[in-house]
Amino acid sequence: MSQNGHQHTLVALVQDRPGVLTRVASMFRRRGYNIASLAVGKSEQLGLSRMTVVVNGDEDTVSQVTKQLDKLIEVIHVSNISNEETVVRELALIKVSSATANRGEIIQIVNLFRANIVDVGSQSMVIEITGEEDKIQALYNLLEPFGILEMLRTGRIAMVRGQSDGRVSDSIGIDLYGAGNGHGEIRAV
Amino acid sequence: MEPTGPLTGAEIVCESLLKEGVDVLFGLPGGAVLPLYGALAKYPQLRHILVRHEQGASMAADGYARATGKVGVCVATSGPGATNLVTGIAGAMMDSVPMVAITGQVPRPAIGRDAFQETDVTGITLPITKHSYLVMDVADVAPAIKEAFHIARTGRPGPVLVDIPRDVLAADKTEFIWPEQVDLPGYNPPSFAHPALVSQAAELINQAEKPVIITGHGVLTSQASPELLEFAEKTQIPVVSTLLGISSFPTGHILDLGMAGMHGMAHAILAIDQADLLISLGMRFDDRVTGSLKDFAPNAKIVHVDIDPSELGKNKKADAAVAGDLKCVLQQLIPQVTPNVHIDWLRHIESLKGEHPPIQIRETEELLPQHVLRELSEATKGDSIIVTGVGQHQMWAAQFCAFQEPNTLITSGGHGSMGFEVPAAIGAKLGRPEKTVWSVAGDGGFQMTMCDLATAVENNIDVKFAILNNGSLGMVYQLQDLFFDKDYFATVYTGNPDFVKLAEAYGITGIRVNEQSQVADAIQQAMEVPGPVIIDFVVKEIDNVYPMIPSGQSAKQMLEESTPKRIDY
Repeated sequence: MSQNGHQHTLVALVQDRPGVLTRVASMFRRRGYNIASLAVGKSEQLGLSRMTVVVNGDEDTVSQVTKQLDKLIEVIHVSNISNEETVVRELALIKVSSATANRGEIIQIVNLFRANIVDVGSQSMVIEITGEEDKIQALYNLLEPFGILEMLRTGRIAMVRGQSDGRVSDSIGIDLYGAGNGHGEIRAV
Repeated sequence: MEPTGPLTGAEIVCESLLKEGVDVLFGLPGGAVLPLYGALAKYPQLRHILVRHEQGASMAADGYARATGKVGVCVATSGPGATNLVTGIAGAMMDSVPMVAITGQVPRPAIGRDAFQETDVTGITLPITKHSYLVMDVADVAPAIKEAFHIARTGRPGPVLVDIPRDVLAADKTEFIWPEQVDLPGYNPPSFAHPALVSQAAELINQAEKPVIITGHGVLTSQASPELLEFAEKTQIPVVSTLLGISSFPTGHILDLGMAGMHGMAHAILAIDQADLLISLGMRFDDRVTGSLKDFAPNAKIVHVDIDPSELGKNKKADAAVAGDLKCVLQQLIPQVTPNVHIDWLRHIESLKGEHPPIQIRETEELLPQHVLRELSEATKGDSIIVTGVGQHQMWAAQFCAFQEPNTLITSGGHGSMGFEVPAAIGAKLGRPEKTVWSVAGDGGFQMTMCDLATAVENNIDVKFAILNNGSLGMVYQLQDLFFDKDYFATVYTGNPDFVKLAEAYGITGIRVNEQSQVADAIQQAMEVPGPVIIDFVVKEIDNVYPMIPSGQSAKQMLEESTPKRIDY
């Protein structure tokens, strides 16, 4: 899975403005960080989006990625939630080749995975599956012998369990800056 | 005077600049930005300096900003105007200089259609700006400019680009509403550091037996020189400087060890090598400072203070990583550190100075660039502003010149731009008219931006241009000498102009110096002549810059010997 070190999941709250995604992507490219996936969509707050970024790298790299992300003006907050209790999901659409003869077998597999068939044609079916990446991969592996015509994946989205709003403090109990907020006030969280 | 009645987008830009306290801007007009020029004509409070090339505008804005601590402003049109700003913007980003660049863009309906002089300048400058705006609505002009100045000057300073389409500049009259405050929920630069981290740093400082302070540009940008002096004197810790930290601590102070890095003082480099604690203030462990990172300060714990949290741990892991504004953090630290004499350590450093004497000039009849810089330092007594580009002349200026006051060495550090010295000196002089400003150039760099001599002449900007003319790209020549089998390819200039005649062509004084004995008089004469002057110091015998730690190596591989060479050009 990861090329060096581990996969880390970062969740960023960002302003929903033109160019934000470009800034994030440009920062990753420029600094040579390796994104495994990036998913973005509206958040519960008007004008703000939430981004889930999966990064490969060791602790130091991911700490840098987190700080570089947080440095972008339109990024309001970044949390590394890799060590938290989280709900992790990804959605995939898999179009599999299917003739009448093997349709039943495919339906059985789909049911086993609690996935859905969302389109059936004479020679193909589209299967929708939601879950963690390895579940999707497992379904993919089982469908592969039938012939996969196309697959689309959203990339991981992740949420910290419990009442947290997703903000995670670092080990010494202060936030990323370990500093005031520009007005001389200490911002311990 | 508050504006009465509604304004065009361009007039709103001008009013916004006045609100931000702008008094001078550097630029060159073109089609897309013309509505702004139409408005500027009606705002004589905004002094527009017409450059000859937009690179000069961004570099002059940079020089102005470094000399004054204020935000430098440059203006260009779309397309080539905007792309010509790029080198100067990149330099401001690398050296954390507050700058606002305003560019005209093609009209909104033409964007994305590859219109004449359309360039995606916010895209091009994305990685070399702290932030940027493409203003698509006239109502957003004032907030964008207010935010741009706020972002440029606060936290770790940097350049912000504001791209405004022509039809937004020319937009129908709108009410000018200056926002009370900026709305930037994702931007909260730190000021005071967390007390727990400050205490951690203070503890390491109080325990150290062989501590060294290393200063960077952050000391200057946070105006922390008085606190640095107090801190160093209270703790009696010697101060080494990076190239961009020069002038944050007075040259010649008993605790001043001078510059570290690739061409730093041997005793400063060895002090870092042997230190048990390195207190890194507003510097970023740049490779030209550290060489091999793992061999840099190998015996030292690190206290790292920086306003940009992403610098902490980026290149070198710190034992105490403190995010905060240096001025604030030093104020927090000073009461917590105990006075200490470190007598054995300071004596040891004195003995290092004895074994590796600070920079000397070898005996020769020839005129060397080092003679010029030594005389310049003598003549200006550390009271002038010295502006350099990149290369040998820059290193010798850093080694030989004395600086007593913050921001008196202005140099292209991280980006290392040749040609910076000409426009940046023009900007610096406009910002600090009471100071003598010397543009110290090589003949290579000078020829990159000498078109802006016209800018100095036109506006009677009194910059003294000292060209250390060795008919070559000296630093590249040095690298070929040391590391490319003395294969001096493409580094010798055989077609240089006569710089004295060039001065005459611009209607200013030109002086040629061939002999050591003429140096002091020429410098004196240049300072007595009002207005810009060019001195062409003709250097025939060239040295390499020493000491030198070859790229990626450590104090152990420091070269100190010099062999003179002659260049025929």
